[in-house]
Order: sequence, then structure tokens, then C-alpha cells
Amino acid sequence: MTEHAAPLLAVDGLTMRFGGLTAVDDVGFAARAGEITAVIGPNGAGKTTVFNCITGFYRPSAGRLWLTRADGARIALERLGGERVASRARVARTFQNIRLFAGMTVLENLLVAQHNRLMAASGFGLLALLGTRGYRAAERAAIERARLWLDRIGLIERADDPAGALPYGAQRRLEIARAMCTEPVLLCLDEPAAGLNPRETEALAALLHDIRASGCSLLLIEHDMGLVMRISDHIIVLDHGRKISDGTPAAVRADPAVISAYLGDEDEDEAESGA
Amino acid sequence: MTALREAALSALVALGLFAPIVGLRTVPGEGGLALAPQPGLVGVLVGLVFFGRLGVHLRDRLRPAPGRAAVRPRLAATTARLGAWLAPALIALALIWPALVGRYYVDLAILVLTYVMLGWGLNIVVGLAGLLDLGYVAFYAVGAYAYALIAQFTGLGFWTCLPMAGLLAALWGVTLGFPVLRLRGDYLAIVTLAFGEIIRVVLLNWVSLTGGPNGISGIPRPTLFGLRFGGDEPGSFAGFFHLTSSPMQRIVFLYYVILGLAFFTNLVSLRLRRLPLGRAWEALREDEIACRSLGINITRTKLTAFAVGALFGGFAGAFFATRQGFVSPESFTFMESATVLAIVVLGGLGSQLGVALAAIVMIGGAELFREFADYRMLVFGLALVVMMVLRPRGLVSTRTPSVALGTPRMIGADMVAQGRG
Repeated sequence: MTEHAAPLLAVDGLTMRFGGLTAVDDVGFAARAGEITAVIGPNGAGKTTVFNCITGFYRPSAGRLWLTRADGARIALERLGGERVASRARVARTFQNIRLFAGMTVLENLLVAQHNRLMAASGFGLLALLGTRGYRAAERAAIERARLWLDRIGLIERADDPAGALPYGAQRRLEIARAMCTEPVLLCLDEPAAGLNPRETEALAALLHDIRASGCSLLLIEHDMGLVMRISDHIIVLDHGRKISDGTPAAVRADPAVISAYLGDEDEDEAESGA
Repeated sequence: MTALREAALSALVALGLFAPIVGLRTVPGEGGLALAPQPGLVGVLVGLVFFGRLGVHLRDRLRPAPGRAAVRPRLAATTARLGAWLAPALIALALIWPALVGRYYVDLAILVLTYVMLGWGLNIVVGLAGLLDLGYVAFYAVGAYAYALIAQFTGLGFWTCLPMAGLLAALWGVTLGFPVLRLRGDYLAIVTLAFGEIIRVVLLNWVSLTGGPNGISGIPRPTLFGLRFGGDEPGSFAGFFHLTSSPMQRIVFLYYVILGLAFFTNLVSLRLRRLPLGRAWEALREDEIACRSLGINITRTKLTAFAVGALFGGFAGAFFATRQGFVSPESFTFMESATVLAIVVLGGLGSQLGVALAAIVMIGGAELFREFADYRMLVFGLALVVMMVLRPRGLVSTRTPSVALGTPRMIGADMVAQGRG
């Protein structure tokens, strides 16, 4: 079934160099629509760099990033760059070290995420200054959407608290909800389970399944192998900036290249100590 | 023992500072100025510092550390409750002010309100969007000169020129903002500072247009629906209402003009805060990278903050020009930018009430204590230091949420970011 699904995101020959350091070297993979794709690898493998390229925070040194929209049109993400990856291509992301608007309330965080839609409804700020009916309806709809997500992540009680006052696990969930309020086609999660306890991780897995069921595809970086193996449809393994494996969880788990990358084999140890 | 040593050290620093500043007084002597030493006064000041430092030590020892932290939320709650009735009281007082006091105090109130308006305008840029702008006076100057020049060359009145002056200032805000807003933090501050100076230097040297250091005089006064102030012939205010003309009428009218303009500024900024644009400004102050990940165009959002701030600066400038009837580059020095910024910071970034209070204290206070001459600055500096120690985030440091499902609760200053430009 999944073999025939159109690749939502096609990464081809992605290379990212910082001065003399090649952080990502000729990486290519596909993330299919309706799937959870995981990118794993040891520390420093270049996972976050790949993420930053996809989400427009870095401009890749080389390579193409194609996003296929529902109507079949293809968007070159590396040409969009910046915030347009989020606003035009509808690729949302979260951050490894949570980036909420700490001094704004939980509800405000979710409304800021709907900025572009509200701005258009507010006549770019001018009509809404006069309080037109169209804008008020749009704002009600935005609050309704926020309320829906708050219900889903179990934070409706804390809607009027500052986001910075939430416990760590709740902040993680809120950041995901905030990204989802932009109505993305692809949600990129950078280590969503980092720092969560087992129960919170369980709830996260359920939330991610929910999101996939609602039609949004997911791409995630994760170190919690239990979680990755359980929820992913497809796994890409990076090591030292190169892709070393690509396939289903079962195939990746059995791949000798992956095992040696994680556990280290003697050849590699020698090569590293020699370098 | 450490207490004694620290107190002695503080006293030594105080001696070094006060000896040249206070200790030497210039008196007219034979053939010029002579220096008269004032060892007594220096001794008193140094002694005060010595025992003050000892007192601080004693207080710290008597009151354990946790007590300090507990004071903060209580203080915040008090100011919040105070704000609930203080703001309406201030508005009511402002509305009837000219009926209560004489000419001097109405004039002073006009000055204070001009700074309140400037503070509210800058608050959009610094308080909401978190962009440190040290050249705000540039937009004030553009507004003032725009009105002066348009009135001079076209003969249009104040009310026609006011929006034009504001829009011109906003246009300059965008023009400046475009190249500058790529910079962040300290770099942004330096470039805006330079821009403020550039505008002043251009005004000073473009003699054929601006009159250079001589400025522009004879700027028309505002009219009330076409009624002039001054004189009692038909067509003037006094003539129309069959009153005897008095200069007080014009001053009271000016007072209500600036009060109206300030209210307008306040209403627009309060409204903007509750709109997606204002929320995006605050989000930008909190976390620029997160904004980008949500598809918010950062440059455009910063530019709008700059433009709206400049717009109100321009309005205030036009009012300044019409009130003085004369503009010259001297009125637009860096000191003005610094004063307005101090008002915003002292008031509490993003707080409308705080800015108004700070403007009253700073401008009104400075005027009232004019007779103390040089000591005024000393007291002023001391007040700033005390403020920064006791309330580092300004008079009103809590943030009111722009939207809430239930009853909105104040957000403490420890949560709210100040922006990195």
C-alpha cells in the first residue's frame, strides 16, 4: 500500500557545509504522505541540520527538497527559505529546546500560530482596528480551533496561564499543538520525547498517532528507540552526515550498518582514534 | 567585619566621586572663576554612604533571603489592584485639569502629555516588539519639520497637515527600518541612534530648506473648526462665542488637542495589542525563531511596529511644532530620545499606565524641582538607581493577556521577555 503513496517530501542530494565542516553529505530520502517518518542517528549525525534545511532555517549548500502538495504541484523548499516554508508550503516544526512564547498565555501561543489566517481576515490590521464583523468571526474560529487543540492535549484548564509556567511535559505538548494550529501538511518534530517520563511518552505516542490520523504527515528526530520503533512507518538512519540505512523499523533494526554505528565496531574506533 | 570593610570601600568610592563633583565649587574670583573647596558637604555625603551601606548589611542579616522573593508577587498584586482605579482616576483628572489649575500647570501638563504620547508611541516599538530604538527623536523631528514646511509652502492648516506629518514620519520609519531591522540587539540600537543624529545634522545643515540652526518660525497655530485663537474679531474663537479674548483660551485648547492625541495613541495601541498584528509583535519579543517557524514574516512585522511607532512620533512632532510656533534642530537632540526611552523603561515595558506615570514623574518632577538646579540631576540619577534595584522591570511590570477563555490573569515580569532587538 504505502509503496504506491506519492512522496510528500523528497530530499535529494542534500548537502550542508559550514566552512570546512560538512555536516550533511549527499543525503536523500522520501517521506510519504500519511506516514510517520523518523530520522535517527548518534549525536552529531546531522539530524537537526537536515531538519533546519527542510524547515527553511538553513539554506542547503547543495541538493533539492521537493514538497508535493495535495493538488500535485511541487514546491522547492530550498528556494522558499525562511518563514515561507511554514506559510506557503505548510511545513511546521517544533524545537529540540522548547521555544514557546513564555510570557504569553497558552491560548495566545495558539493564536499567534494562526497569525497569517487572522491577518488576512483582519484586512492586514486595518479593518480589524474598526472591529468589523468578518474579523470577529475569524477570531472566534481561531479561538475555537485553539480550544479544540487544548482539549486534545489536556491543557484546557490552563489556557489563561503563561506558557512559561507550565510543566516541562505540558510545554512539549503545547509546542506540538501550536505547530498544528498552522494547519500543516508536514509536521517536523525535533526530539519530542526528550525529557518526558514514560507516561508522558505514552501520551505523546497517542497524540502523534492522532495527528497522523487527521491527515498530517510527520517527520521526527528521536533518541527514544522504543518510541521510534513503535510509532514509525519508516526510518532513516544518519551517521556522520551520511545516510547509512533506510527502511521499515524491522529492516533498520536488523541492518548491520546501524548496529555498528550505534554500538561502534573496531574498525571505526581505530579510524577515529587515527583521525 | 566584611560589613565594615564593604562600607569603607563604598565610602571610598563615594569620596572619589563626590570630591570633584560636589567638593569643588566654582565661585567668581579675581580675574575669572576660582575654586572653593567644600569639605564639609563631601564629608556628610561620604558618611551617608558609609552608614547606608552598613544599614543595607544589617537589613540583609536581620531578614533572611526568602523574605525578599515573597515580596515580589505581593507588590505585583498591589500594583494590579492600584491600576484598576488609578487609570480611570488619572483620566478623570486629565479631563478637568485646566479647570483646577493655573496657566503654568496647564502648560506643564501639555509638556507632560507630549511625552506621554511619545512614550506610548515608543512603547509599541520597544515595549511590544522588543526593538531597542535609540533614535526615536528622528520621527518626532520629521513630524515637526513636515508640519512646519508643509504649512509654510502650501498654507494648509494644522488639521490637514497632522495626518500628513504622521504619514511622512511613518514613511521614514519604514525607509529606515528596511535596511536596519536585519540587525539585532545592540547593533540595532547603535544604528537607530545614528539615524536620529543624521536627521538632526541634516536639519541643521540643509539651510535652504530648513533654515539650518535658525529653524522655522511663524508656524500656524491650530484652529477649532476654523476658529482662530487670539484677537476677538469675527472668525476668531473669542469673537464667535462673544468672549473676551485671552491667551488662556489657546493654551487650554492646546491642552485638549494633545490630550485627544494622547488618548488616540492609547486607544490604537490598546486595540492593536488585541489584534493579530500586536500579538505577533509580542511574540517577536518573546521568540523570533519560533515566530519564523510559524510562518510569520519577521521583517514585515518589525516594519509595521516601526511604522506605527513613527506615526505617533510624527503626530507628537506636528503638535510640538504648532505649540511652539517655532522649530529648530536644537529640540531634537539625543537627550530627547534618551528621555523618552527612560520613560518607557521606568514605566515598565509594554505597560500603558506605567508609561503615563513615568512621564508624569520624570517630566513633571524635573520641571517642579527646577530651582534645585544641579542637584536635580543628582536626585534624578539616584532615583533611577533606586528604581533599578527595587523594580528592575519598571513601575508596572506585569503583562495583561490580550485574550482569555476565563478571567484574564496578570503575567509576572519573570515570565515576560524583554526582546533582543
